[in-house]
Amino acid sequence: MRVLVIEDDQETAAFLKRALKESGHVAEYAADGQAGLHLARINAYDVLIVDRMLPKCDGLGVIKALRSEEIRTPALILSALGEVDDRVKGLRAGGDDYLTKPYAFSELLARIEVLARRTSPEEGSTRLVVGDLVLDRLSHKVTRAGEAIMLQPREFRLLEYLMKHAGQVVTRTMLLENVWDYHFDPQTNVIDVHISRLRSKIDKSFGDPLLHTVRGAGYTIRDSAH
Amino acid sequence: MTALTKLFRTTTFRLSLTYLALFSVAAIVAIAYIYWNTTVLLSRQLNQTIDAELKGLAEQYRAGGLDQLVRIVAERSRTPGNSLYLVADKDGKQLAGNLSAVSPQLWDSLGPVEFFYSRPAPGGVERRLAFANVFRLPGGYRLIVGRDIEDRRELSRLIRSTMLWGLGVMALVGIGGGYWVSRRLLARIDNLSATTRTIMAGDLSGRLPVSGSGDELDRLSQSLNLMLSRIEQLMAGLREVSDNIAHDLKTPLNRLRNRVEEALREPYDESVYRETLERTIEEADGLIKTFNALLSIARLEAGAAGDNRDRLDLSALVSDVAELYEPVAEERGITLKAQAEGPIAVRGDRQLLGQAITNLIDNALKYGAPQAQGGNGWAPEVDIRAEVHDGTAEIIVADRGPGVPESERERVLGRFVRLEESRSEPGSGLGLSLVAAVARLHGGALRLEDNEPGLRVVLSLPLEGDALVNGTAPELSTGAELRPT
Repeated sequence: MRVLVIEDDQETAAFLKRALKESGHVAEYAADGQAGLHLARINAYDVLIVDRMLPKCDGLGVIKALRSEEIRTPALILSALGEVDDRVKGLRAGGDDYLTKPYAFSELLARIEVLARRTSPEEGSTRLVVGDLVLDRLSHKVTRAGEAIMLQPREFRLLEYLMKHAGQVVTRTMLLENVWDYHFDPQTNVIDVHISRLRSKIDKSFGDPLLHTVRGAGYTIRDSAH
Repeated sequence: MTALTKLFRTTTFRLSLTYLALFSVAAIVAIAYIYWNTTVLLSRQLNQTIDAELKGLAEQYRAGGLDQLVRIVAERSRTPGNSLYLVADKDGKQLAGNLSAVSPQLWDSLGPVEFFYSRPAPGGVERRLAFANVFRLPGGYRLIVGRDIEDRRELSRLIRSTMLWGLGVMALVGIGGGYWVSRRLLARIDNLSATTRTIMAGDLSGRLPVSGSGDELDRLSQSLNLMLSRIEQLMAGLREVSDNIAHDLKTPLNRLRNRVEEALREPYDESVYRETLERTIEEADGLIKTFNALLSIARLEAGAAGDNRDRLDLSALVSDVAELYEPVAEERGITLKAQAEGPIAVRGDRQLLGQAITNLIDNALKYGAPQAQGGNGWAPEVDIRAEVHDGTAEIIVADRGPGVPESERERVLGRFVRLEESRSEPGSGLGLSLVAAVARLHGGALRLEDNEPGLRVVLSLPLEGDALVNGTAPELSTGAELRPT
């Protein structure tokens, strides 16, 4: 995955570049809004990581400019401003996701990986399949190895989100935001309990577990046979 | 700026001047109208009388010739009054009448005319104004009939001077009154300004004087005093926050630093290093959480958040959050009962209210279980309800835990306040402060009550408009809609 990091803090940028490389991605770096805009115009990236406050042209300005030129590269906004209003402004400017500083790198990585693959053809399909687990988005039915699994509406949505991003790491915050639409941080790890409930329904009485915990990051659903 | 120019610049003074000018114009117009009308009426009457008399005398002349006319005129001239007569031949020689020495101009005039004539008076001759008409008789004779109008002229003069004096007095009283009123007002305003300045100089406990008359300045002072109270309260809050930050953020920072330092002092051991680093990250995450919560509270209290307020269904939101926590409660062996029949429409920020409800449930689950030893005999249970009570929407979270003593209820809403009994559970002591701030931002309130036994927390919010329980609100958002991802 080719990533452009637009970030004015040298150390943060260097850290991101290194960490992305370790995760098997190629990162390029621009130190201000104008340089970033220039690079994003001439090169094809899979994801942009844009700091909100930048010299010369601020992050939202960069994204707005790109969107007005029909450049639709997914963009993740990094910001110290973490209130809901700020988030809404960021997404309205054309950003695809919003992450508040300080963040864990695992969170950032999970988010950009999901962003980069959101244009995959599977997005619109009505049937999601992982191994022998099948989720039908139209009839709201879930089966594993042909056996029907009864899920609560919320569990269904949780599973749907996980399966849509099968093979990718999904963090707790991402689940909270996308399945519950909560953009705040509950004190207790509520998500873990929901996941363990879901796990007991889809994995317990079957052979290979599909739903895995990724330590220090989140969860992923994948067919271990592959 | 001198005291006088300051005075002249006051609104009161300018208003006085404006009113004075308007009133003067109105007075002048009214008096002029009366004066003009009276004059016209009097002149017309006079003209008619003179015309009638002329006609009568002409009649006499036709009937009895010049002799009879002269005789009658002479007779009428002797009657005292203000009538003036003259019969003269073509050379202007007086044949009869009480008018003498008439100017040729009058002599040849063809209509009614005003002129001056002389009349013997005590101590000489006086010139008086008269009004007359001339009638030409055959043979160059003239008959003049007139009236003395000197008195009328006197009256006009009197009216004019009265008017001028009146206006003068009015102007004086007006300006003087304006000056007096303005000075009084200015004195009070200056007093207010001076007090404000001392308050600005640092004495936040100062208050503006209220005279007790209940006038507009009093009302202004009262409002400003309320504002000052609020500012004082905010400043106190700010001070409290900085003290708290000093304590509650520096302590974990110090702990973090100590740990790293200690690890560095030890000889290299990868597992120790790794563990230290992991715990450092954990501690940093905790600090970030506390920091975020503090920032949110500060923003909420400054009223700088919550621009995303929508009409939303509180019942749906409460059920939603309760559902999120239900597995957690189950895991801890606590029964979580949610009763939210709606819709209950409020105007609010879904994220903020969601966070508030989350914090309340979180608290209830953490601290609301009956203590293991010496429990109160109740089953662990947390009851969450959304209902309309006395025209306000209420979210009630009740537990069966040890509760909060009445004396502590106000205090636990403060930042970083944690009761001794709860120290064993992780937490920052900011949860309830945040809920209280969210409630205040939404125009609601947070109160703690006794659940006999246990704690009952009531978050009340104003209802949105007509939106009562009948589901008459089709646009009501139920909250959690899956966003496209």
